[in-house]
Amino acid sequence: MNSTNSKKLIKGTNDFVIRFANVNGSGSASANNLFSKVVFRSGVPISSKNIFPSNIQGLPTWFEVRVNEAGYLGRRGGYDFIVAVNGQTMDRDYQDLLPGGYFFYDSSKRLPNHYQRTDIQLIGIPLTTICNEHYTEPRLRQIFKNIIYVGALAYLFDMDFSVFEASIKSQFAKKAKLIEPNIKALLLGYDYAKEHFTGCCGLNIHRRDLNGDQIQMEGNDAAGLGAVYAGATVAGWYPITPSTSVIEAFEKYCHKYRVDGDGKNKFAIIQAEDELAAVGIVIGASWNGARSFTATSGPGVSLMSEFLGLAYFSEIPVVLMDIQRTGPSTGMPTRTQQSDLLAAAYASHGDTKHVLLFPSSPTECFHMTVQSFDLAEGLQTPVILMSDLDLGMNVHQCDPITWDDAQIYDRGKVLNLQQLDELPERWGRYLDVDGDGIPYRTIPGTHSEKGAFFTRGSSHDEYAAYTEDGEVYAEGMQRLLIKWNTAKNMVPRAEISGNVSEMGVLYFGTSAYATEEALDTLRQQNDLDAIRVKAFPFGPEVDEFVKEHKQVFVIEQNRDGQMKTMIINELSTNPEKLISILNIDGMPITAQFLIDSIGQYLSPKTMQAVKQETAS
Amino acid sequence: MTFIRPNFRHPENHTNERGFSIKNYEGALSTLCAGCGHDSISASIIKSCFELNLEPHKIAKISGIGCSSKTPTYFLGKAHGFNSVHGRMPSVTTGANMANKDLLYIGVSGDGDTASIGMGQFAHVVRRNLNMVYIVMNNGCYGLTKGQDSATADKGSAGKKGVPSPFDSIDLCELALQLGAGMVARSFSGDKKQLVPLIKAAIKHNGFAFIDVVSPCVTFNNTPNSTKGYEWVRDHMEATGTIDFIPHQSEITVDYPEGSSRTVAMHDGSALTLQKNQHDYDLSCRKEAINRIETVKMQQKILTGLMYLNESESDTHGRINTSDQALNSLAQSELCPGSTVLDALNASLR
Ligand SMILES: Cc1ncc(C[n+]2csc(CCOP(=O)(O)OP(=O)(O)O)c2C)c(N)n1
Ligand code: SF4
Repeated sequence: MNSTNSKKLIKGTNDFVIRFANVNGSGSASANNLFSKVVFRSGVPISSKNIFPSNIQGLPTWFEVRVNEAGYLGRRGGYDFIVAVNGQTMDRDYQDLLPGGYFFYDSSKRLPNHYQRTDIQLIGIPLTTICNEHYTEPRLRQIFKNIIYVGALAYLFDMDFSVFEASIKSQFAKKAKLIEPNIKALLLGYDYAKEHFTGCCGLNIHRRDLNGDQIQMEGNDAAGLGAVYAGATVAGWYPITPSTSVIEAFEKYCHKYRVDGDGKNKFAIIQAEDELAAVGIVIGASWNGARSFTATSGPGVSLMSEFLGLAYFSEIPVVLMDIQRTGPSTGMPTRTQQSDLLAAAYASHGDTKHVLLFPSSPTECFHMTVQSFDLAEGLQTPVILMSDLDLGMNVHQCDPITWDDAQIYDRGKVLNLQQLDELPERWGRYLDVDGDGIPYRTIPGTHSEKGAFFTRGSSHDEYAAYTEDGEVYAEGMQRLLIKWNTAKNMVPRAEISGNVSEMGVLYFGTSAYATEEALDTLRQQNDLDAIRVKAFPFGPEVDEFVKEHKQVFVIEQNRDGQMKTMIINELSTNPEKLISILNIDGMPITAQFLIDSIGQYLSPKTMQAVKQETAS
Repeated sequence: MTFIRPNFRHPENHTNERGFSIKNYEGALSTLCAGCGHDSISASIIKSCFELNLEPHKIAKISGIGCSSKTPTYFLGKAHGFNSVHGRMPSVTTGANMANKDLLYIGVSGDGDTASIGMGQFAHVVRRNLNMVYIVMNNGCYGLTKGQDSATADKGSAGKKGVPSPFDSIDLCELALQLGAGMVARSFSGDKKQLVPLIKAAIKHNGFAFIDVVSPCVTFNNTPNSTKGYEWVRDHMEATGTIDFIPHQSEITVDYPEGSSRTVAMHDGSALTLQKNQHDYDLSCRKEAINRIETVKMQQKILTGLMYLNESESDTHGRINTSDQALNSLAQSELCPGSTVLDALNASLR
């Protein structure tokens, strides 16, 4: 310990970033989650991110936690405090620590000689030695080592220990005999730190009451729950990170809420042989009147493409959740991106385009999932929820999930037995009766004489009869465009803030966290309007926003500006007014990156002031 | 359209127990080549459903892509049909069946559709024991894309282009047996006397019922050197008696003296009379079925008839324990947990 140094240490209350460096599979996740849960329960806003490799055991994994009283929940970048308990990455962790930061390590072994930084504070606690003294079983030694460092942090950050106790008690409510040993391990760390490091850490986490009724949830968990609330009964799927936990959540909640009086399931989940089959199952089930969905990621979307085209053309509802990650098949499967936009929007051959929704929080994952089913059935078309790994697999602090019992599912234009009976004319599966491009469908088995139709990918007329008449085909395709226009007014509206400047920022999905934080800083010196796009097709408000602004920064987490391409493609706008702000390293985008990138285009003078402010 | 349906086909126009005439089970006029085996299979499906008194609108006919997969247009016009994508009929049928277990699912596929592009889906729908009738119209070639070899073309067999197939063929019946299908049968498109009872048995079977039907493609694979042509099949069908002369360009049927017969009880108490298989054949033995297919094959013959029947297995719904009520009939009130449970859920996430 070298606290006598003249270095300038980072100080602050409820505003810093801590990184835990662990080994995958070492049981550190529950200790790290305990830490963030306690911060959250102490009323202090927190966001955490798992930075993990695409293997199961052994490789490094990081858990980044941002504690932020101001409520900014995006990734900040930079580490003020690092818990470096993975020997494999210790060198890197040591280098990654910001000047003035704190390096927490297991001092059972001496630090190597080349650890010579004088601008940081070392905090060495002999975790292994303590464990070996108190536990004989190897597994316990491993598990409690993690709990011990959490206990030490509780002391170092001056946290309220009673919240830890309460959290342990609720976590192990059903396994009471684990409560006492866990609290004991926490105290081992706490007491050791108290004895050896009094006053060495300038970072504190103090109780606040800023979290109100918010909850902590993963986006995929919320989406799976959304599918239950939306009344989905059939799910076809094929495992792929980061989408798998959507189905796991759906299954979990179904078992909880959807078992009938005889112990039988009011749902069918089929783990298919591949993604082609997964979406085929969805199409078959939807055609047959059940709400059905699948979840996948980019590689799965490619495999589903042919079927998505069929669903588009034959007008079958499909709900698909694309939890995006970096490409290609095994690119960086455990890193986040927004790079499936074009692949999803225009999936398949021929003329197709699909409705996309862009959730920005777990709460929105829930609500937009419910909405996806209404839209898919309302429009009789595929609807794709464009989530991503960051949103799907990380725990986010968000508004509670709510449900209005008065809300009735919109099953769309489905003719029942009586309606078919009373139909004055011949029913035409693809007749545009209402002029909105949306025809009426009926569910197989409904009526003995009327309503039977043949669904096919080959060209059909308004009565679903086979035709290769070019004109009839063209008319059908034009009607699908009328439906597309109808969709523009059915999808969720974009959210607009500001109405003052010639400069605008356009963003969507998980970029919202960082963008909104960056806007707070940028707006101190510049007028900037912003629009958060929530759906494709773009509603009229997006068109207007782009039209009204001289320059629009389009923030995306992909290389080629796919959202920008879609805007150019769909709205008649001058491409030159759109400036791409792109982040593609697989890590969630940060506010600082946005401040720097957008800042370049703003007046240098005002940016200078901004820079100084953020530095201080 | 290649032929006009003669209107003297059903002079009495008699009806079945449900009051439906055979017309209620027919579909649009076929646009397949005149003489295509597939049309005869359509006719057998029509006859089977008529004779079983099924309600046409309670049937879903689902297919992939190919001449064979086009046939659902030509039978059961009052049933709902779905001509999906190449090789993916099983997944669409799976989804449809999960949504509503109360309809009858007839899946129609080609040998290209099933044995190549759809091999994965075929294997898995068998494995899951989906309650459906799965008919492969097997002509050993790709009809719709003009005669390329399919994976069921026998080694050495040659179609119109005259090039013998260099690869071993896949025997879909053997495969279905290995994958655990509950009912496995093979027939010949023109052999209505055998095919109709097999289709009926398949319909009555609770679980996955597979029928591989040799169905010659008159346009691309009906050469003397093709093992899926009329000539070869006529000469090599095991225990099926003689086939009448088959004039080109007309629908082909066969008739032959009834051989030994055997009765198998079905789930619903109905009985199926089997013909053409040896009576000492144990229908519930998978191993024996495979053995026999192979033995007959070694004699350069095709075994037809019912090869295997196992009625004890539960279907997909049974295995995943779905509710007795069809899932697509459940109302919002039965599916949505509502707002009250959210309080507790939100609390658990704080
Ligand atoms: C994905 C895809 N690949 C290729 C095709 C082209 N294609 C159409 S039908 C067919 C083969 C059909 O053969 P089979 O299933 O044996 O049926 P048949 O026409 O012989 O009855 C092929 C390859 C297609 N429609 N889709
Ligand atoms: S090409 Fe062959 S399979 Fe296709 S319809 Fe003609 S005869 Fe039948």
